[in-house]
Amino acid sequence: MIQLTSLPIVYPEIFLLLMTSVVALVGVNASESRLNLTFWIAQISLAVLALMHLNELQAARTVYGMQRMVVIDPLGHLLALAATLATMITLGFARPYLASRDLLKGEFLSLAMFSLLGISVMVSANNFLVVYVGLELMSLSLYALTALRRDHAVATEAAMKYFILGALASGFLLYGLSMMYGATGSLDIPTVFEAIHKGTINGTVLTFGLVFIVAGLGFKLGLAPFHMWVPDVYQGAPTAVTLLISGAPKLAAFGITFRILVEGLSGLAVDWQQMLIVMSVVSMTLGNLAAIAQSNLKRLLAYSAIAQLGFMLLGFTPTVIDMGTAAAANGYSSALFYIVTYVLTTLGTFGLIMVLSRHGFESEEISDLAGLGKRSPWIAGVMAIFMFSLAGIPPLVGFYAKFAVLQALVSTGVKGYIILAVIAVLLSLIGAYYYLRIVKTMFFDEPADTTPIRGETGATVLLALNGLAALGFGLLPDGLMTACREAVLKAIST
Amino acid sequence: MIFLNLAIWLPILAGVVLLALGRDDNARAVRWMALVFALASFLVTIPLITGFDTTQAGMQFSTDLTWIERFNAHYHVAVDGISVWFVLLTALITVVVVISAWEVITERVNQYMAAFLILSGVMIGVFAAVDGLLFYTFFEATLIPMYIIIGVWGGPKRIYASFKFFLYTLLGSLLMLVAIVYLYIQSNASFDILAWQKLPLSMTAQTALFFAFLAAFAVKVPMWPVHTWLPDVHVEAPTGGSAVLAAIMLKLGAYGFLRFSLPIAPDASHHWAWLIIALSLIAVVYIGLVAMVQTDMKKLVAYSSIAHMGFCTLGFFIFNSLGMQGAIVQMISHGFVSAAMFLGIGVLYDRVHSRDIAAYGGVANTMPMFAAFAVLFAMANCGLPGTAGFVGEWMVILATTGFNFWVAALAATALVFGAAYTLWMVKRVYFGPVTKGSVSRLQDINPREFFMLAVLAVAVLAMGLYPKPFTDVMQVSVDALLKHVAQPKLI
Repeated sequence: MIQLTSLPIVYPEIFLLLMTSVVALVGVNASESRLNLTFWIAQISLAVLALMHLNELQAARTVYGMQRMVVIDPLGHLLALAATLATMITLGFARPYLASRDLLKGEFLSLAMFSLLGISVMVSANNFLVVYVGLELMSLSLYALTALRRDHAVATEAAMKYFILGALASGFLLYGLSMMYGATGSLDIPTVFEAIHKGTINGTVLTFGLVFIVAGLGFKLGLAPFHMWVPDVYQGAPTAVTLLISGAPKLAAFGITFRILVEGLSGLAVDWQQMLIVMSVVSMTLGNLAAIAQSNLKRLLAYSAIAQLGFMLLGFTPTVIDMGTAAAANGYSSALFYIVTYVLTTLGTFGLIMVLSRHGFESEEISDLAGLGKRSPWIAGVMAIFMFSLAGIPPLVGFYAKFAVLQALVSTGVKGYIILAVIAVLLSLIGAYYYLRIVKTMFFDEPADTTPIRGETGATVLLALNGLAALGFGLLPDGLMTACREAVLKAIST
Repeated sequence: MIFLNLAIWLPILAGVVLLALGRDDNARAVRWMALVFALASFLVTIPLITGFDTTQAGMQFSTDLTWIERFNAHYHVAVDGISVWFVLLTALITVVVVISAWEVITERVNQYMAAFLILSGVMIGVFAAVDGLLFYTFFEATLIPMYIIIGVWGGPKRIYASFKFFLYTLLGSLLMLVAIVYLYIQSNASFDILAWQKLPLSMTAQTALFFAFLAAFAVKVPMWPVHTWLPDVHVEAPTGGSAVLAAIMLKLGAYGFLRFSLPIAPDASHHWAWLIIALSLIAVVYIGLVAMVQTDMKKLVAYSSIAHMGFCTLGFFIFNSLGMQGAIVQMISHGFVSAAMFLGIGVLYDRVHSRDIAAYGGVANTMPMFAAFAVLFAMANCGLPGTAGFVGEWMVILATTGFNFWVAALAATALVFGAAYTLWMVKRVYFGPVTKGSVSRLQDINPREFFMLAVLAVAVLAMGLYPKPFTDVMQVSVDALLKHVAQPKLI
């Protein structure tokens, strides 16, 4: 192991920034062979970065640094590691897709890496301003990426929508944070926690600020009633960018939700838990019902994302009811496990859309999947794994994620939470219908065109690995669950 | 122990291998590989019965490993006298189903064979699981291959049938999931089914648990009035799917009563026994009458399955050793007989492409060998002494007479109705003059079909003439279960 103490504590982020600059420089106006080189530089630096995070995760230390602006703890590294892997997978899927559309430019790679840098900053922030800086770095890169297909009206519209609503959300968040600053006199998360804990601060100001913060986080997570941008952006953006938006940033949104609400504002948990319960039930209802009516696969997955993240959010709700850190860790770690495994499945589903797309043909409609089981049984099989996993059927990983959340809810023994668990179960039964419909389209319907699909080898292998992970984490979820639990325990006990 | 684990995982791995290697242009090799795998999977279950200690009531061949630490869930598989025969039955039926699909399935052969092999391993997992979460995982995982089997190789309304099957059973099992989570919390974070069985519970809790489990198992059995999915699914499913569904999947529900409802909520079970007995009698009498008016052979056998499963639930809830053993024997014998009936219909359907009784008549003239088998299985279906169908029904009726004469009298009408609808179908399909051109062109069964039906015929006759090995194995476990159920565990 490298001597960790001899390096500046944010060395993974410094390395990422350096390599991003290298990629940006090498990738400017690059010829095709230079682009290949840039791509591999990017992938190798991300792999090295992943190893750095893994190394830190195993070291399991909690260190505050840079005048307590950042915190280095297992939770941050777990999220950053997952985000790095998600970005690597995204780039792997995106390369053949973008290349065939003449969109594979240097800026795609460097912007993707910049957004990852923003994510890394967010998940290890210990200060409201650092949260905001990281958030903007990530968001601005993603706005630009959405508009990558600049001659395309739908994509441009999606980019505008994403930008305006995203900026509004950032404004909300910033406004809420400034209220907190006004009330507590600090931007430092632990100081805010202490100040609220003393109980001498005017509750109205705090609650007022909290509403704005929760609304801002709701926007970033894409939860109802702040979900309006999600379907349009998912559908309008080039699929490679959709994947970039729907993967790693969800981990970041989880990270800042945890840092702000749990580490900073847990004194207000009674208030924010009620808001989260409402948001989560509304999201699950709206997401699952609206998804039934969709014919566009990307749009369907967008509504599915709303519903799934609503379910994840339930893990935040049963945590601060006088049951000690172990019970709280159960709730938060179930949400963390949920989001990590959800991102894993999402990568696969959008990856599949890219594998099936060819030059001049976007495989976006559900009907485009008809007869896939005949044309390409392996790809269809992997997609079926994702669909059954999202529907929550054992032995796939989605079931254990849902089960962990439900267990956290029911183990409170409080009647309201048990009712909440029953509602969540019933709504996911509705969800099972549209996931099954996709399986039906792939396996039971006749294909319109019977030529076998030849996906690009690298992307197909990646897809298979992705499916294997969804199955493997389902059969043996223990390792990841324990890692999530330990990361959360460390974060809330300090 | 190794053999039980092999019984679960060998067919699943075999299925994965077939999925990986098979293509329709090497279908012949795929079929042989599937057969070899299915036979191997069956052979590894034999040491379970030869090495079974019949004097011991507890779990045997146990493997217990930590599975998910966070939930304290274990990979704990084992069998007792109640479950061990179902492991063998599942593996045997899978062999037969692989043979039955030999020339019939020509498209996506490897996927078909793999689906059945994986399903077989998963269902054995249900019978062997001693951990609540593991049980639920296996129980739900059976839906995926069955959904694909019905949807891909099924009849014209297969999509409707596959969705109905999946969503209906999923709704039932979700209520069971709630019950499992409740038990987990009550038992201080344990998923051990044996610990749940010892857990004292209040009457309210027991009643809630009883009905939550009833929702899952009643749909699976299926019991009246939640049986409506079964006829639809049977009609649309391919022959092998129907055979596995009737022979084994229905038993998962009945088995659940023995493993969960009765021992975990014994007081509620006693209290609500009248309800289950009433539903069972409705299944036996009313569904028996419904079966009589069917014009579709598969539907007729489907309704007959519901009526026969009514006997099983009746046998469980009279709390008598003879009755319970009879019910379990009935589950095994119905496994052989219903599989044989559906495979027989499959033999006819492959030739004439109709399941309509009216499309046949005088088949015995053109297919004498097949008709002999068909009549044998029909006799077993109506419970003729000397066949497997007789033993279980007779034991249940005998035990019920000691419980209540009128209940026994109603249950005994099943023998009349069973004989009526089965024999009437046999008469219309197999006997009489040949009037249809399609029947006059029929070819008798080939050696493959002969072998597949002969295996089941031997099983049906052997079980009917000498049922002692079956009852010997389950005796001690059933007595222990009844002793446990007789003791109140209220708090």
